[in-house]
Amino acid sequence: MTGTMGFTLLAFCLPFIGAFVAPFLTRLLGHNAAWPLALIPFAVFLHFLGFNADIADGRIVTGGYMWVPSYNVSFSWLIDGLSLTFLLLISGIGTLIMLYAGGYLKGHPQQGRFFSFILMFMGAMLGLVASDSFLMLFVFWELTSITSFLLIGFDHAREASRRAALQALIVTGGGGLFLLAGLLLLWDVTDVTQFSLLMSFGPELRASPFYLAILFLMLGGAFTKSAQFPFHFWLPNAMEAPTPVSAYLHSATMVKAGVYLLMRLNPVMGGTPAWETILPAIGGLTLLVGAVLAIRQTDLKLMLAYTTVASLGLLVMLTGFGSEHAIAAAALYLVAHSLFKGALFMVAGLIDHETGTRDVTKLGGLRRAMPITFLAALLAALSMGGLPPFFGFLAKEEIYAALAGGNARAIAFTTTAVLGNALMFAVAFAVALKPFLGTAVATPKRAHEGPALLWIGPLLLAVKGLAIGVFSGLAHVLLTAPLASAIAGTPQTITISAVPHMGIALYLSLLTVAIGVFVFLKLDAARAAADRLIEDIGWGPDRGFDQAMRGLVRMATRVTRLTQPGLMEIYVTATFVVVALALLVPPAVYGEWPRAPVWPADMPFHELAVMALAALGIVAVLMASNRLTAIVALGIQGFCVAMLFLLFGAPDLAFTQFMIETLSVVILALAMTRLKLTPRDHRPLREKIPDAVIATACGVGFALYLLRVTQGRFDSALTDFFNLYSKTIAHGANVVNVIIVDFRGTDTLGEIAVVMVTGLAILSLIRIRKGRRA
Amino acid sequence: MNTLIFRTVAPFLTALMVLFSLFVLLRGHNEPGGGFIGGLIAVSALAIFGIANGIAAVRRALWFHPMAISAFGLFIACLAGLMSIFFAVPFMTGLWITPVILGVEIPLSSVMLFDTGVYLVVVGSITSIALALEAGDDA
Repeated sequence: MTGTMGFTLLAFCLPFIGAFVAPFLTRLLGHNAAWPLALIPFAVFLHFLGFNADIADGRIVTGGYMWVPSYNVSFSWLIDGLSLTFLLLISGIGTLIMLYAGGYLKGHPQQGRFFSFILMFMGAMLGLVASDSFLMLFVFWELTSITSFLLIGFDHAREASRRAALQALIVTGGGGLFLLAGLLLLWDVTDVTQFSLLMSFGPELRASPFYLAILFLMLGGAFTKSAQFPFHFWLPNAMEAPTPVSAYLHSATMVKAGVYLLMRLNPVMGGTPAWETILPAIGGLTLLVGAVLAIRQTDLKLMLAYTTVASLGLLVMLTGFGSEHAIAAAALYLVAHSLFKGALFMVAGLIDHETGTRDVTKLGGLRRAMPITFLAALLAALSMGGLPPFFGFLAKEEIYAALAGGNARAIAFTTTAVLGNALMFAVAFAVALKPFLGTAVATPKRAHEGPALLWIGPLLLAVKGLAIGVFSGLAHVLLTAPLASAIAGTPQTITISAVPHMGIALYLSLLTVAIGVFVFLKLDAARAAADRLIEDIGWGPDRGFDQAMRGLVRMATRVTRLTQPGLMEIYVTATFVVVALALLVPPAVYGEWPRAPVWPADMPFHELAVMALAALGIVAVLMASNRLTAIVALGIQGFCVAMLFLLFGAPDLAFTQFMIETLSVVILALAMTRLKLTPRDHRPLREKIPDAVIATACGVGFALYLLRVTQGRFDSALTDFFNLYSKTIAHGANVVNVIIVDFRGTDTLGEIAVVMVTGLAILSLIRIRKGRRA
Repeated sequence: MNTLIFRTVAPFLTALMVLFSLFVLLRGHNEPGGGFIGGLIAVSALAIFGIANGIAAVRRALWFHPMAISAFGLFIACLAGLMSIFFAVPFMTGLWITPVILGVEIPLSSVMLFDTGVYLVVVGSITSIALALEAGDDA
């Protein structure tokens, strides 16, 4: 068993290792590096395929290592039907995407970096769906946001890319913070940190007063990641990324992370009125909004992106609908969607790559030039449209069987699903047929079939969609039934097959196809209608995002101006006012003033003399006719204090004080000359008085504080300890030094790091001034 | 400062003070002293040199950029702490060896290396601040 565990850990690390070597390999092999690099996800795929038998038998596999035992935090994974499906999708589609990216970005100067990013993303995504521990889920969740940021902004010279990348990061990364808060609450309520242990806490969780809070936080994470309305806007913008990214992250994997989270939580959090209201409502709304917006587009990638939004809405709707049938439907649709949407995205990229445009109105008659692409597109679209015997058909039948019912709720959601599916049907065939049929149109590049690297991925995915539909019995046992069981939390069986059987589901399917064909034929009119509708609404969340960001920047500017006026006078005044308040307010509030000190009767003359000298130094500072004298006179006072240290048996302290006093006089004098201060302080008296008050308050405060401290009971435990062990353990007679470098050495390490960083900061501040003047 | 006496004496004074600072650094474990104090003495030595002969002379004499010295100090302080990893004891545990060189027992330790790191950080950081301030607008 430990052997398997080691291999599983290796499977999680492998993409990251691959990300490290990818740039070097690409420099060596060029775009052909895709072949060896594709072996990485393929190996991961094969490894997880090995779990299939166990999972199909209804078992779950857990494993992992302790990470921070004191906080019960572990690096552990949970592989059940849900995670296994995702693992296989991520690694399987990932293999094809690597090959596709090899062809798509052939000759791109930063192809190695691209491979590296996409492998990093793959590793993050694998970790996300297999996480058993809450913290690990969160870490990988944010890692997918960060890697997706890098991938969307891959073409970072274009402003649109940068904006889209930032937008995706802010929306999904911000959602991740909701997730973190939700997970922490979950931990607090149930006292467990692992999903595998959470599963028995369903009743407690649903009855908890924090249930609604947890639900909203989790939905905040899931809805932003899975682009649910009104957070859907980042997903179409993310189409700025190279097409392999769109096909992989934004259709098959990352955007499903939110759905994954909801499915993972369904057994413990589902079934409540809140769950069964919010999820289907938002999901249904997203389905309709996404479908309408998809119709409006003419760019192949954007059409697909909006149908992805719609499909995600459908998945959320099914997950929250609250029947076992709906869960089964969600399971089927999840897998089917990943297959056909991944394929269609790759087709869109392929068309773009070979013709130079992906505007559907400027394409036509490509079927002769690109027959293999046409085949892949057709197969994928048939599945997306939900025609038998494709996988998409099974999913749609199951959806309708689940939703159809007599009550108002069922009718409302059935109508939503039919409308959404019909519009997606139209878009599917618009993508798969319009560019290929009709008369050939001149395109920016002369169209011809792409290289094998490019068509192998979409073709395989599309064929898989057909294969699962035909051999549905086997697929159900191996894949979809365990998936549905994991989502529902109880064992499920799925029996639906590609053979149409009479019933309400089939009639609804026929209705969907009929509406779909109608919209497809009237696509231009539908597009104009959708356009008008959107223009009438005008304001959208995408514009809202820009407004929010602008507002944030404006607010930050205002706050900065308020708190950082840039005048040293104000900073110094503020600092010392706070010091004086901190010293004087607490004893005043709690009435803990020190007692008047007892003046020793037999004070030796030299001690008195040193103190008098110190006082004299202060007088000299105040009386000094120019600033330089004042600075030097300040040194007198400091030296006297050092003398006192020496007299009272602290040679190390005295030593340091001497040096510090010397150096601070030197550095103050230097700073003074640099600041080009006038030799004298010419301010009128009324401007000096506030400073004098603050200075006096600080001084008095410190004096009172020190008196109070020395009047407290002295606990000599530490002194005794250090005196006893300094020589015997640390081999040093100088206790002070031994404390600094040995007993509390780690503190010192931190302090010298601070010294160095402060030095760097001061150096750069001085340099900045220089630069400005020059 | 352009007095001839000061300019003549400064290099010797600086050399003596740096030597003294090393002495203070090395004796620190048993007598008053240590890396921090030693470092401060070395800084004032360099300040004297700088005031007498100009910052260019100090930079030449130091050879390295003072910030690099500081960073190197932090580096060897970390290294001194990490050495314990090879002896399976916690971070920063003091390690001692006492080789006999020319018939004299010389106790060496990771603690001493650490203190040397402290010394270098202090010398480097404060010198670089002082030199930058002293440099004025021309450098």
